[in-house]
Amino acid sequence: MISVQTGDFDAGAEYEALRASGSGTGAIVTFSGLVRDSGDLSGVTGLFLEHYPGMTEQVIQGLIDEAARRWDVRQARVIHRVGRLALSDQIVFVGVSSAHRADAFSACAFIMDALKTSAPFWKKEISGDDEHWVEQKASDVDRSQNWDTGPG
Amino acid sequence: MTDATLTVRFFARLREELDTDSLQLPVEPGQTVADLLSDLASRGNAWARLTGDQPVLVAVNQAMAKPDTPVKAGDEVAFFPPVTGG
Repeated sequence: MISVQTGDFDAGAEYEALRASGSGTGAIVTFSGLVRDSGDLSGVTGLFLEHYPGMTEQVIQGLIDEAARRWDVRQARVIHRVGRLALSDQIVFVGVSSAHRADAFSACAFIMDALKTSAPFWKKEISGDDEHWVEQKASDVDRSQNWDTGPG
Repeated sequence: MTDATLTVRFFARLREELDTDSLQLPVEPGQTVADLLSDLASRGNAWARLTGDQPVLVAVNQAMAKPDTPVKAGDEVAFFPPVTGG
């Protein structure tokens, strides 16, 4: 399931929902991304996030489908927030339940890495009165491309 | 053929630089994404940056597209910078 929302989420409740994904589930991996105080700017005080409604959800669904083709995925959950966020706020949640830990780790990391370079979200850093649209990082593109070489 | 138009949308830095969320533009048979982009860039000022050094990505009907992708009446064409979510 995919949610793009302005409101916060409860990572604990999301974990419990993944636990309920059947008696074949033997592993859950979750990732949460938070607003950090330094990025392209130093002294970041908040973020503004924008997305392309419709396309964003379609792209993420494609990533979940691809993860399910490559690994054992019982259930996958992606939540991404948009709008104005403050320091230490939660930005993104990716959770995967699987029969085995290796599949859960790989599927979760793949979805997160590919989301960063293919899902239409844009992040603006705010530092006091300064604003700056974040530039895409070569290291993020490399991480995402590392998944192109075949099944994990 | 006043009804032969498509919708162009802009996101993030492009939306701010152009001070434009969306436009309705006339479209002619055989037009491509590249044609649309050069027409928009010819408006000058901030618009010229659409064909400048900064990378501009494009989606047609919410699927990633390329300069030679054809466009037609009723399409939704979106221009945006490289994505930076997560």
